[in-house]
Amino acid sequence: METLMSLLVGLFFTIGTYLILSKNLLRIILGTSIITHGVHLLILTMGGLKNGGPPLLGESFAAFTDSLPQALILTSIVINFAVTALFLVLSYRAYKALGTVDVEQLREVDNE
Amino acid sequence: MSLLHFMIFIPFIFALFVPMIHKICTPRIHTGWFVLAVPLGIFLYLLPEIPVIAKGETILLEMKWMPSLGINFTAYLDGLAFIFALLITGIGALVILYSIFYLSKEKEALHNFYVYLLLFMGAMLGLVFSDNIFVLYVFWELTSISSFLLIAYWYQRKNSRNGALKAMLITIAGGLAMLAGLILLSIAADTYSIREMVSMSAEIAAHKLFLPAMILLLLGVFTKSAQFPFSIWLPDAMEAPTPISAYLHSATMVKAGIYLAARFTPVFGGSAVWFWLVTGAGIITLLYGSINAVQQKDLKALLAFSTVSQLGLIMSLLGIGSAALYFETENESSVYAFAVVAALFHLINHSTFKGSLFMVVGIIDHEAGTRDLRRLGGLAALMPVSFTIAVIGSFSMAGLPPFNGFLSKEMFFTSVLTLIEQPVFGAKVLAVLIPIAAWAASVFTFIYCMILVFKTFTGKANPEKLKQQVHEAPIGMLLPPMVLALLVIGIFFFPNAVADYFLKPALAAIIPGQTGLTIKISPWHGWNTEVFMTLGVIGIGVLLYRSLKKWQPVYQLYPKGLTLNHFYQLFIQGMEGISRKITKRYMTGFVHDYLVYIFFTFILVLGAAIWLLNGASIHFSKNAPVNGYEIGIVAGMLMTVLTVLLATSRLTAIIALGALGFLVSLLFVVFRAPDLALTQLVVETVTTVLYLLCFYHLPKWCREKSRISFQLTNLLISLGVGTVFTIMAISANNHRFTETISSFFEDSYTLAGAKNMVNAILVDFRGLDTMLEILVLCIAGLGVFTLVQLGEKGQNTARKAEVREKSNDVILKTVTKAASIIIFTFSIYLFFGGHHNPGGGFVGGLSCAAGLILLYLTFDHETIRENVPIDFKKLAAAGVLIAVMTGVSSFLFQVPFLSQTFGHVELPIFGDTELATALFFDLGVALAVAGTAMTIILTISEDES
Repeated sequence: METLMSLLVGLFFTIGTYLILSKNLLRIILGTSIITHGVHLLILTMGGLKNGGPPLLGESFAAFTDSLPQALILTSIVINFAVTALFLVLSYRAYKALGTVDVEQLREVDNE
Repeated sequence: MSLLHFMIFIPFIFALFVPMIHKICTPRIHTGWFVLAVPLGIFLYLLPEIPVIAKGETILLEMKWMPSLGINFTAYLDGLAFIFALLITGIGALVILYSIFYLSKEKEALHNFYVYLLLFMGAMLGLVFSDNIFVLYVFWELTSISSFLLIAYWYQRKNSRNGALKAMLITIAGGLAMLAGLILLSIAADTYSIREMVSMSAEIAAHKLFLPAMILLLLGVFTKSAQFPFSIWLPDAMEAPTPISAYLHSATMVKAGIYLAARFTPVFGGSAVWFWLVTGAGIITLLYGSINAVQQKDLKALLAFSTVSQLGLIMSLLGIGSAALYFETENESSVYAFAVVAALFHLINHSTFKGSLFMVVGIIDHEAGTRDLRRLGGLAALMPVSFTIAVIGSFSMAGLPPFNGFLSKEMFFTSVLTLIEQPVFGAKVLAVLIPIAAWAASVFTFIYCMILVFKTFTGKANPEKLKQQVHEAPIGMLLPPMVLALLVIGIFFFPNAVADYFLKPALAAIIPGQTGLTIKISPWHGWNTEVFMTLGVIGIGVLLYRSLKKWQPVYQLYPKGLTLNHFYQLFIQGMEGISRKITKRYMTGFVHDYLVYIFFTFILVLGAAIWLLNGASIHFSKNAPVNGYEIGIVAGMLMTVLTVLLATSRLTAIIALGALGFLVSLLFVVFRAPDLALTQLVVETVTTVLYLLCFYHLPKWCREKSRISFQLTNLLISLGVGTVFTIMAISANNHRFTETISSFFEDSYTLAGAKNMVNAILVDFRGLDTMLEILVLCIAGLGVFTLVQLGEKGQNTARKAEVREKSNDVILKTVTKAASIIIFTFSIYLFFGGHHNPGGGFVGGLSCAAGLILLYLTFDHETIRENVPIDFKKLAAAGVLIAVMTGVSSFLFQVPFLSQTFGHVELPIFGDTELATALFFDLGVALAVAGTAMTIILTISEDES
C-alpha cells in the first residue's frame, strides 16, 4: 500500500509541477491544488498506513494510527483553502487590471 | 530589570507614544516639549550618581536576556560611561529645546523627527551602558540607522538622501568589521563581557587572533568617528537639520568611536600596533580636517571638517595615552596617562564649544536664510547675542584663553611633546614629526575659527544678498547655546572640579592601573614650550588669516579626480553596475524561470542528499496489504488527475479536480483518518464553488491554447520532482525510527479531556499553532476582500443595483431550505462532538459556511442579507479574539498561556455534562473559519460585474 501511495504521490507531484510550469495562471492554480493533495498523502504515508484504528479513544482498538500527521494535514487543508482563494482572487484581479492570465504577457505589462 | 535598564528603554518606550502625542497636540503645542522630558528626566536621575562615580565606584546590573547563549544585558556604569551618559542626556535636552524653535510645528513632520531622535538617544545610552559585546553591537548599529534616518529627514532633497546613504554605507560597513573583530575577541578571551576581557588582557595579547581582532575593531572605530580616510561621510551628513548635526554629528554619535577605542584601550593598549594606528589615524585626520575646513564656503561644512579634525585630535590623544599600559613603573606610565586625561577633557570641551557653534550656525541659517560665507557678513550688530556665543565657541576651539579649549589644547601639546621627551615604540623621526603636525593643524584650526567669526559677523553687511530681514533669534533658541557657552567659560575657571568628578573615574576605566595619578589642570605653567607653541599658533595664524586671499587659491591646484569623494563615487557606481548586471542575468521577470530555478534546486539538493547520504532504501517488505477497493480508488484518482492535465475546457478541469478531492477524502477514510475525511469533504465542496465563481470572471481557454502545449524541459523537471518525491516517500517508509508515536497521545483524555486525539492536538497540545493558523486564515480572508474591493471604489456601484438573474426554481428553493437546515444541525453536532468523536471547530465552521453558501447560491443576496445580518469579516475577527482570550484567560489562573482544563458541570436537561475550556477555543476556531470562508465566497460572488 505504501509503495502504491508513494507512486501516486510521485505522479501528483509530476503533474502538479508540469501544470505549474505552464503559462496560464489558472493551470498554475490547478497545479498547486494537485501538489497539495500530493503533500497530504505524502505526510500520511510517511506516518505509516493502516497500522491501527482511527485515533479515537472512545473506540476500543488495540492500537491507533498516528494522530500527529492527521493534525498536521487538517491544518494544511484549511490553510490551503485560504491560499487557493487568495491565489484565485489575485489572478482574477490581475486579469481585470491587465487583461491577461498569461504569465509571460503579465511580465510585459509589469515592465511599463 | 533595574532602574538603569529602564533609563535605556525610556526613550524607546516614549518613542512609541510620540506619533500619538503629535496627532493630538499639533498645531497647538510643539511635540518637542513632551519629548524634552525624556533626556531631562534621565539627566536628573544620573546627577545624584556623580559623587558615587567620583569615588571610583561602578554600578553593575545584570538582566538575563538569552542566558543559554551567554548574552545578558549587563548594564555597567563607570566613569567613562558616565561622561557619555551625561553628554547624551544633557546635550540631548538642550538640542531638543533648540529644535522646538528651529523646526516649525506647522510645516515639519515632527513625529518622525522625534521618534528618530529618541531612537538614537536610547541606542546611544544602551551603547555606553552595555558590557556585553553583542548587546553593544546591536546598539552601535542602531545609532547608525537612526543617524541615517535623521540625515535623510528632509528626504525630498536628493542631497539628504545621498548623504544619508553615504553615512550608512560607511558606518555600517565599519560596524560589520567591528562585529567580526568582537567575535574574534570573544574567541580569544572566551567571554562576551568587556570587563572580563579587560581582566584577561595579558592572555588576549598573547593570542594569535589579537592583531586581526584589533584591526577589525579599529575599522569600526574609525568609520564611526570619521577618521581619515573614512571621514568623507561626515561633511555630507550636514544635510540633516542643524539640531541633529549638533547632537549626533558633533557631540555624541561620532564620539561613539572614541568611546569604543577608550573602552578597549585596556585590552589592546600597550601594543605598538594599537599605538601607531590610533595615534597615526588621529594625527592625519586632525591635519586633513583642519586644512580642508579653511577652504569651505558653507558654515556647516566648515564645522563638519572642524569636527573631523577635532575627533582626530581626541583619537590621537587616546593613542598616545595607550602607551601608558606599556610602561611598568608608575612614573613613566603616568606621563602617558596624562594624554588620556587630555583626551577625555577635550572630549567634554569639544562637545560644549562645538555644540554651541552648531547652534549659532543654525540660528544664522534660520534668521538669514543662508549659511554661505560669501553672502554673509556684518551680522554682529544685528545679532549681538549670537555673535558673543560664536566668539566664545570659536576662540575656545582656536585654543585661546579664557576658554576651556585653551586648557585642553595646552594639554594636547604637552602630550605630543612627551613623545620627544620619553620616546616609546621606536618613535624617533615620528616623535618629532607628530608635534610639528599637531602644531600645524592648530594653526589651521586658528584660521578657520577666525573665518567663522569674522567673515560672518564683521565686515560689510550685504542685505541685498540675503532673502530675508535679519534679526536676533528667539530666546528659546539662544538659551541652549548660551548654556553651553557658559560651560565653556566655567570649565576654564574650574577645570579641577571636572577633573575630580569626571576625568579621574573615567581614567580609571581606561588605564586601570593609574589610581595614584593626581590630575591638576591649570592655565599657567610658566614659560614652557607649550606656551611658545600657542603664541606661534596665534602669530602665524593671524598672519595667514590676513593674507587668506593671496594663498587660498592654492586649494584649487588639487586635482578633483583625486579626492576621496571621487573615489567613493566611482566605487558606488561600479558596485551598482556590477550588481545590476548580475541581477539582470537571472531576474528575467518570467514566473516560469523562477519556478524552474526553485524546482531545479529542489531536485539537485534533495536528489544529491539522497544519493550522497545513501538515503534511498527501496524495498517493499514493510507494506500494508492492498485490497481491491483501494486499487479502485487509486485508479479513479489516476483518471481524474490526468483529466485535469489534459482537459480542454475549464469546467472539465475544475470538476475533475473536485472529484480528485473527494477521492482523496475516501482514501482518508480508508486510512483511518475520519477527521481528515470530513474536513476534506467540506473543503472540497467549498473550493469547487470558489473555483467556479472565480472562473466565471476569468477568460475562457482559447482554442489553440486549450490543450496544454508539450514542453520537454518542463516535462523533465516535473518527472525529476516526481521521482525525487517517490524515492523519498518509499525510503521514509523504510527508515522508521520508532514503530508509531500514536501511543504518545493516548493520554489525551487524562490530559486534555478529549477522546479524539487529533482534536486534542489541535486545540490543546498545539493550541498556539492553531491560534496562529486561524489568524493566517483571517489575514487571507481580508486579503481577498481588499484585493477585490481595491480599485472598485465608485466604479460599479451603479451596476451593483442591477437585479441579477437567479434561479426561480421552486423545488430547488424548497430543497435548499431543508438541506441547509440539515447541514446547520449537522455542523453543530460536528462542533460539539468534536472533542470525543470526529469533528471539531474546523469542520464545524466549514460545514456551517457550506450551508450558508448553498443558500446564497439559490436565493439572491438581498434576501439572505435581511435574514442573516452578519458581517462575516467581524465574525472571523471575533473568532480570533475568542481564541486569544481563551489563551489569555489562562493567566488569571496563574498558568501559562493557552492552558486548557476540563471538568464536569451539572446542566438542567443534559444532566452531568463534561465541559472543557478547549470548547471555547474551538468556538473561536469555528467562528474564524466560518467567517473567513464566507468573507471569501461572498466577496467574490458579489463582485460579479
